[in-house]
Amino acid sequence: MTIGLVHYLAVAAVLFTIGVFGIFVNRKNIIVILMSVELILLAVNINLVTFSVYLHNVVGQIFAMFVLTVAAAEAAVGLAILVTFFRNRGDIAVDDVSVMKG
Amino acid sequence: MALQAIAFYLLATVTLVSGFCVVSARNPVHSVLFLILAFFSAAGLFVLLGAEFLAMLLVIVYVGAVAVLFLFVVMMLDVDFAALRQGFATYMPLGAGVAAVLAFEMIAVSSVIATKGAGAAHDSPMASGTELSNAETIGRVLYTDYIYFFQAASLVLLVAMIGAIVLTLRHKPGVRRQIISDQVARTPKTGMTIVSPGSGEGIGE
Repeated sequence: MTIGLVHYLAVAAVLFTIGVFGIFVNRKNIIVILMSVELILLAVNINLVTFSVYLHNVVGQIFAMFVLTVAAAEAAVGLAILVTFFRNRGDIAVDDVSVMKG
Repeated sequence: MALQAIAFYLLATVTLVSGFCVVSARNPVHSVLFLILAFFSAAGLFVLLGAEFLAMLLVIVYVGAVAVLFLFVVMMLDVDFAALRQGFATYMPLGAGVAAVLAFEMIAVSSVIATKGAGAAHDSPMASGTELSNAETIGRVLYTDYIYFFQAASLVLLVAMIGAIVLTLRHKPGVRRQIISDQVARTPKTGMTIVSPGSGEGIGE
C-alpha cells in the first residue's frame, strides 16, 4: 500500500484535533493552551505542504512559510504577555484574566 | 516503496503520540519537550514529502527558537502547575466528544479529496520544479511574485520583536545608567571648578 495524499491529510487532521482537545481540557493552563495553538498551526502547515506537493504547486509551501512566521510572532508576543501578567499577579490562572479589562 | 511506508508510519506515530503527550503531560516542561519531538517528526514528514527547505525551517524556527522560548518561560515562572490542572477530568468527556467528531469529519473530507480532487489531479508527488532543488523552486517564486508578502512577514516579525521587548522591559528605580549624551556634552567648563583657597583653610564644600 503506497503512501498517498490521504495519509498525510489524516495525520494533519488528527494533529489538529489533538490541539483542539488540548485547549478544551487545559482551560486554566495558558502555557499548554499556547502549545496547543502551535500544534494546530503545525497541522495546518502539514496540510498546506501536502497539497502543495500533490498539486505540483509551490505556492502552498510559501504560504506555509508565512504561517510559520506568524506562529513565531504569536508565540513571542503571547509569552511576553504571560510574563508581564505573571509579574503583576503572581499567578497565571486564566480564570481571572478578566481583571485586565479597562 | 515499503521503506517509505515504514518511515511514514513511524514518523506519523511519533508525531501524533508526542502531540497527545503535549496536551496530557502533568509537567509543562515535559509538554515542551514533547512539543519539540512533535515538531521534529513533522519535519521528518516534510522531508518524506520532498519539502526539505520547510523541514529545515521547522527545525530551526520551532525547535531552535519557539520551543526554547517556551522552555525558558515555563522554567522561569514559579507556578503551581498542579492547581492549574483542575477541571481536566471535568472537560475531558466534552473535549473528547468534540475532538472525535472533528477528526471524523476531517478524515471523511480528506478521503473524498484523495479520490476525486487533488489526489486525482496528479499521480506522483512533486515538491520542486523539474531539475531544480526545493529551495531554488521556493526562492524563484518567493522573491518575485510574493516579494511584498515576504516583506510584510518581516514587518510582522519586527512588530512582534518590539512588542515583546516593550511588554517585558521594566525600569528598576535606583539603577545608575550611563547617559552617553551627557558624557559627550561635558566640557572643561562644566567638568572643572577652579578655586583659590586661602592659606591654611583647605578646600571645603
